[in-house]
Amino acid sequence: MASLEQQRGPRIEVTDGALLPTRGDGYIIDSWRLTIAFAILALITLIFIAKDPYDQIFRVVIKGAPLTFGVTAGAILGSIVLGLFTGLGQIARGRALNLVAGVYVELIRGIPLLVQLIFIYFALGKFFRLDGFPAAVIALSICYGAYMGEIFRAGIQAIPRGQMEAALALGMTRRQAMRLIILPQTMKIILPAIGNEFIAMLKDSSLVSVIALRDILRRGREHVSRTFLSLETYAVVALVYLVFTLVLSKLVAMMEDRMNKNER
Amino acid sequence: MSDNRIMVDIRGAEKDFGIVMALKGVDLTVNEGEVVLIIGPSGSGKSTLLRSINRLEALTGGQIFVDGDPLVGPDADIRKIREETGMVFQDFNLFPHKTALENISLAPMKVKKISIEESEARARKLLERVGLGDRGDSYPGQLSGGQKQRVAIARALAMEPKVMLFDEPTSALDPEMVKEVLDVMLDLVKEGMTMMVVSHEMGFARAAADRVVFMDEGEIVEIGPPEEIFENAREERTRKFLKHIL
Repeated sequence: MASLEQQRGPRIEVTDGALLPTRGDGYIIDSWRLTIAFAILALITLIFIAKDPYDQIFRVVIKGAPLTFGVTAGAILGSIVLGLFTGLGQIARGRALNLVAGVYVELIRGIPLLVQLIFIYFALGKFFRLDGFPAAVIALSICYGAYMGEIFRAGIQAIPRGQMEAALALGMTRRQAMRLIILPQTMKIILPAIGNEFIAMLKDSSLVSVIALRDILRRGREHVSRTFLSLETYAVVALVYLVFTLVLSKLVAMMEDRMNKNER
Repeated sequence: MSDNRIMVDIRGAEKDFGIVMALKGVDLTVNEGEVVLIIGPSGSGKSTLLRSINRLEALTGGQIFVDGDPLVGPDADIRKIREETGMVFQDFNLFPHKTALENISLAPMKVKKISIEESEARARKLLERVGLGDRGDSYPGQLSGGQKQRVAIARALAMEPKVMLFDEPTSALDPEMVKEVLDVMLDLVKEGMTMMVVSHEMGFARAAADRVVFMDEGEIVEIGPPEEIFENAREERTRKFLKHIL
């Protein structure tokens, strides 16, 4: 993919005959940099210059970060596994498998995540006691697994038919062809889409504060109930989420670039 | 050619696509070392016939034996047949996420369980053989069409097939690249490879084909040596078709 670098103005990437403007536009100031600079400056100003009560709020709120990250990381792993099997199930040659995967997707996509979370933690809690953390990871995984399943299905179906045929013609089993030929190519196609899901999961992890998990938002709410500093506290909470989300989106973009650097 | 060991034995092959009957009971035998060219108008069933030999298309009737092994039925071992038949596609179908070398060494490693070292050494030799000894580390996206098709041929040869199936191997190539691919195929002919080729490359047919098969509307209309088919076809349909492409 030859790119015209060191050139001002929209950067054009030459792909197979198509001219596509890329995300980075070649200017030193782009929207991502501007936003993260604003967020970090605002946080620094509040914490180190305005100080009271922001430094105190920040110290309280940031203690929730490990839990936010833990829930997000667990949900990312869980939803990838679930999504992969759902996607495979939807394109499998067995009708029963198609139906199971299809019903899962329809069912889960039709129920709000907040309702699913409360259902798993409080309603199912009547039969077996789930701790908050596993309940949160399971709920997020199940919810996002359905969306990921759709992404995997579309990604697998976007691989030209000839790839599977070539693999089968060489004597590979369907399973080998899927693992060695189809899925590696699928991953590359769907990375931008699942990257967006990762970011959405980081943000939606704030919903777990309703099941008494002390994540960033929950710590903030507790602080407000003690001090009544709602504007100050929630401003810091919002800025902290913004910084994390922007960093994650940059990581995803870097992964994409690395994958694109290979081959071609 | 040489002896009379039958490599591919097609008996009453039928393929019903529902809306059309792509193959209406085709019989054809190909002997070891023989080179058979299949021609015919588009939709005549020639690609379907080729693709049913390694069951990329499943027959709806009839039977095919590859070196004596049945393709259909309880005794059919499709993976064995696929290992023994190499296929080259019109649009190459190289694996874009693997280098040329990996494209070639992957199947021997994963299907035949040959060690990495040996399968890569063999892949290197095959790349030399198709004139691409220096392109092993290139990804398909970095190769020209002709180079891609030569890698694809090497990939098929890496499984040491008994029969090579070519499905319009030069149709997707720019004219100046056709020759380099045909040259590799001619080398294979010299080495005595059994080959079935769906193609309209008349030069290749005259130089290398033992027989030319003309298909139309899912049937074999006429079979004969290239000179006879091209200059002296018995059937009106054959003559009409050849007038269009020659």
